[in-house]
Amino acid sequence: MADVTARLGVDIGGTFTDVVLEVDGELWSTKVLTTYAAPENAIIDGMHQVCAKASVDPARIGQIIHGTTLATNALIERRGAKTALVTTRGFRDVIEMRTESRFEQYDLNLRLPDPLLPRNRRYVVAERMEATGQVLTPLDRAEIETLADELRDAEYESIAVGLLHSYVNDTHERMIRDVLAERLPGVMVSLSCEVSPQMREYERFNTTIANAYIKPLMKNYLDRLQDRLKAEGANCPIFLMHSGGGIISIESAAEFPVRLVESGPAGGAVFAADIAARHGLEKVLSFDMGGTTAKICLIKDRTPKTARVFEVARTYRFKKGSGMPISIPVIDMVEIGAGGGSLAHVDVMNQIRVGPESAGSEPGPACYDQGGERPAVTDADLVLGKLDPDNFAGGSIKLNTAKSSDALTMHLGGKLDMDAMEAAWGVAEVVDENMANAARVHAVENGEDLSEYTMIAFGGAAPLHAARLCEKLGIDRCLIPVGAGVGSAIGFLRAPFSFEANRSIFMKVGDFDVQAVTTLFSEMESEARGFVRSCDAEAEILAEYKVYMRYSGQGWEIPISLTAEQAKTPDAATFLSLFEADYAKLFGRVVDGMDVEITVWSVNAFTPKAPVKLVAPVAPAAEVTATGQRVLFDPGIGQATDAKIALRGDFAPGTQITGPAIVTEDETTVILPTSRSIFAQLDGCLDMRIKGEKDNV
Amino acid sequence: MSEVSKVAYQVMWNRLISVVEEQAQALVRTAFSTSVREAGDLSAGAYNEAGEMLAQAVTGTPGHVNAMADAVPHFIRRIGRENMHEGDIYITNDPWEGTGHLHDITVVTPSFHHGALVGFFACTAHIVDIGGRGFGADANSVYEEGLYIPIMKFADKGEVDRTLVSIIRGNVREPDQLVGDVYALATCNEIGHRRLIDMMEEFALTDLNGISDFILTNSREATLARINALTPGEADGAMTIDGYDTPIDLKVRVFIEKDRVLCDWEGTSGLDKKGINVPLVYTKAYACYALKCAIAPEIPNNAASLAPFEIAAPENAIVNALHPAPVALRHVIGHMIPDTIYAALDTLLPDTVPAEGAGCLCNFQVSLRPRTDAPAPEDTVRSEVLTFNSGGSGARPTLDGMNATAFPSGVMTMPVEATEQVGPVIIWRKELRPDSGGAGRFRGGLGQYMEVGAREGHEFDIQAMFDRVDHPARGRQGGEQGAPTTIAQDDGTAMKGKGKQFVPHGRKVMMAFPGGAGYGDPAAREPADIERDLAGGYITAGFARDHYGIDQSQIDAVLARAKRGETF
Repeated sequence: MADVTARLGVDIGGTFTDVVLEVDGELWSTKVLTTYAAPENAIIDGMHQVCAKASVDPARIGQIIHGTTLATNALIERRGAKTALVTTRGFRDVIEMRTESRFEQYDLNLRLPDPLLPRNRRYVVAERMEATGQVLTPLDRAEIETLADELRDAEYESIAVGLLHSYVNDTHERMIRDVLAERLPGVMVSLSCEVSPQMREYERFNTTIANAYIKPLMKNYLDRLQDRLKAEGANCPIFLMHSGGGIISIESAAEFPVRLVESGPAGGAVFAADIAARHGLEKVLSFDMGGTTAKICLIKDRTPKTARVFEVARTYRFKKGSGMPISIPVIDMVEIGAGGGSLAHVDVMNQIRVGPESAGSEPGPACYDQGGERPAVTDADLVLGKLDPDNFAGGSIKLNTAKSSDALTMHLGGKLDMDAMEAAWGVAEVVDENMANAARVHAVENGEDLSEYTMIAFGGAAPLHAARLCEKLGIDRCLIPVGAGVGSAIGFLRAPFSFEANRSIFMKVGDFDVQAVTTLFSEMESEARGFVRSCDAEAEILAEYKVYMRYSGQGWEIPISLTAEQAKTPDAATFLSLFEADYAKLFGRVVDGMDVEITVWSVNAFTPKAPVKLVAPVAPAAEVTATGQRVLFDPGIGQATDAKIALRGDFAPGTQITGPAIVTEDETTVILPTSRSIFAQLDGCLDMRIKGEKDNV
Repeated sequence: MSEVSKVAYQVMWNRLISVVEEQAQALVRTAFSTSVREAGDLSAGAYNEAGEMLAQAVTGTPGHVNAMADAVPHFIRRIGRENMHEGDIYITNDPWEGTGHLHDITVVTPSFHHGALVGFFACTAHIVDIGGRGFGADANSVYEEGLYIPIMKFADKGEVDRTLVSIIRGNVREPDQLVGDVYALATCNEIGHRRLIDMMEEFALTDLNGISDFILTNSREATLARINALTPGEADGAMTIDGYDTPIDLKVRVFIEKDRVLCDWEGTSGLDKKGINVPLVYTKAYACYALKCAIAPEIPNNAASLAPFEIAAPENAIVNALHPAPVALRHVIGHMIPDTIYAALDTLLPDTVPAEGAGCLCNFQVSLRPRTDAPAPEDTVRSEVLTFNSGGSGARPTLDGMNATAFPSGVMTMPVEATEQVGPVIIWRKELRPDSGGAGRFRGGLGQYMEVGAREGHEFDIQAMFDRVDHPARGRQGGEQGAPTTIAQDDGTAMKGKGKQFVPHGRKVMMAFPGGAGYGDPAAREPADIERDLAGGYITAGFARDHYGIDQSQIDAVLARAKRGETF
């Protein structure tokens, strides 16, 4: 990486734009309201604020790293360009027919989400490839020319091209691009063989269309941003955070804007991975809980777990299948509709249900006293004594406990024969149980045992719920870092340059073709390295290799990591034994006599992560002096107890407090149950452990 | 905790539902059968010590809804409690005591805690092959449909029955996959068991009586509240469908009474000679599913929430086929059960249920092989390819039907690119079928076109499993019928909707799957909706004129705007 002393991290979120400036290892941060009409305004504003705080001229900023929800929001709100799809004849409706299934079995009035493009914007050409890549029906140039004229007359701004089996043979897609470039100069074109060269036409076409749909908007925004920053004196390279947890050049981002989807949460996971590295932790569960959702991610060896496909814009209670699939490399996060604003109710079975419906900031939970009448998680937290009504958000919002109690009694207690306290306990337990279940399922799916993990909790509501989650999951230790309010933006500054290339090529281990594999890996590596090299002309570039394998006949592949040597001098026996070892770990046994196949190949090129300095062990010091005491309900022991109150600012390194206790700070409150104690690490992280285990530092 | 708190019960019910979903996930990932992973043709459930189902995973098929609830009591009766030990695993594929055909294997595992039997876990999956004639309707009795495994021990105190494994291996076409699937089922129960024991320890439970009462009482009360809020009454529903060789009349009388809903299938056709007959347990599953969707959709399936829905049928009616009737393709008739019941519910519960839809899935299997009419090229192969496809669903009282979307099944289709990786098949077309959704105030969902051929050098048999060739979906409240199924070769050679048929080298099979029917008078359809249908080509100009009375100038204007890429 170039010699850069001042770097700026910028995260545009739905409500706030977070800006963090790092100068010689020191951080300054600010939060400004997101300016929807011209998002760059908030960035400029925030940049000047942090530069002023740090007494640094914007001209000294050597690098700006940016992540944004703009791409995601454009997809959710359908604010993209006038876009057409060109596809294979006979397959006009792939994005509309989806998987031909219903994501909710029992709803007779189910509404399927509308496809990104209406049917009259989907065009077909006569052409066809076989699954082997052989041409079955050649593409006629004259037909494309005629189509190009039609597309021009309809004044499309952006065109997606998705043909069947183009992940094996892309010549027809490229031919279409060449004709469009001649006939429709200025119209943006996205090819499926470039955006997402993976088998499965629904995912690939949809991803390509999403890319085309947001491309004009994102390119325009990125151009404006670059100009504005230059005008304000920050004439430095700008890089973009992508969904896979790395950064790419602004040019690559403008070409493949779909890769920017979910970049904010990816920054949060990178932030947690960095904390994990500083504390020498190999296995970490990151837990980010805000106002409307909670996100959980597994991190191993400093690297967040990744996936190849995810779903955005879910339309039905966060239900799987109700959104649209995007197949790009992405940090694998489980998102649950559970946050401080999540509303609780009692269903027809007298069960307490929490979320995904949220009170939002208007009217907010009942305790905000702004007209919200239904109880939210924050109301339960307040009644349980987890929040101080006079000191919420640094005292900026005064909470009304009576309103919370009334809401809980009226909507839950009356039906369930519970008082406000018991109802609050029920709400907190249900929301924590929902998150714990999601984490357990995610861990089981990945063959992981959470009892070996350490939790890292950040986001406004996470420290209120982290300890109970640890109790439920059998996790012994939890770190609560400082700066958690702007975690994603800090994460951007910790991300490497990276680009992951993927290909779908089916190969049975029995028909392993060494030459083909060697060529494939080498092509993918040079593609991935090319993107990284465009960000930094000199840095060392590393690569990691993965294949996805399964028994023939199964539909679920498992990722197998390869060393550089295994990828460069591939052999079938090695691949097979790696697969069998991982399969046995995940599912308990291998299946004899079955053929094994490789379905997807992946190369990730990246610059080495900056070396981190381990946080030195801290000598135990005195107990922090409590500033007060209040009654806290502790669900772990099923009763209320007297808890000490301490200020986070009073924690010098090594100082400690034992539960039950409440540690308050402006951005959040850390709840310490009877089972745990906490001490401060040298970097300010609060380290929460099971009582009596704090000596194992 | 001395006494279990109310909050603890809330948490435990939640936990049990999560456990069975996790069980089902594990199966989806490890099973070898296409219909498990693509169609979600599996189920998992947790039971109390009495064998009452407490929780069941919501999977892709409603076909296991009651079957799973009924299965465990059969196991308790056949094995005997005194013979149940820690480490035991039980198995069956009995169509009448399991889930309706030999291709579903059910595995039940008793759960012991501190040496006492506290409950059971069960799961079911559709397996690739069970021997016999193979998966199809062609058998004349269940004996020809494959290996029958009565309810018995697969493992006794942890010791797997090697004799049974040898018998299974010797009788099926894919022994490694099948034995792999049985172990996967056993593992899936084991996962559930471990999570249950963790939970019992966390809440210091010695048995499941308390949580079981809590779940069943609340579920029963919620379900009865729903039923008792309905106006009591009775009404008839009837539907005629293609059947195998002769049409089948499905007739039901639905009674809404205090504390129960009864469906009586008196008057329904008798057994068919071919394997499309339905054991009662499967009829119950689809009938309950249909009723629950309409009456109590958000109440999860368990012994108490299912009990108030009662099903009766004369012995050896096609919906109550007794041993040894052939039953392999029981889904073809089973998927038509909801539409039949909805004909009655449309009278009893106005403005609630959809018009008739495609009903049964439009599945077919292709058996490809090197051409036999001329020398085949070197690189030709033999291969079996099974695909799952859907027609249109019926229009709803306030919404159009869903295009090419399964109902009542929850099947997922496979990507064409994935299907073509399985064998030398070529799907030339898979797209929506204009004009196939019945006209109405709300339009029926569109069916789809599929064209299927083989790679150069191959010929094939196609095993068709289609209905609604002669009996398209009928509309409700003035809505018009959907388009029927059609099937033929590309040179015009006629083909049948059901059965195995040969397709020579170079020919394609041209299929059009049925659309859903309309709901309400077409004259009442919103003009904006008609314009949108026309602009998107969901209906053609001719259809717009004939069914909605739109004049030519309006049609031309809409099509001109559509051509400019405008939105509607």
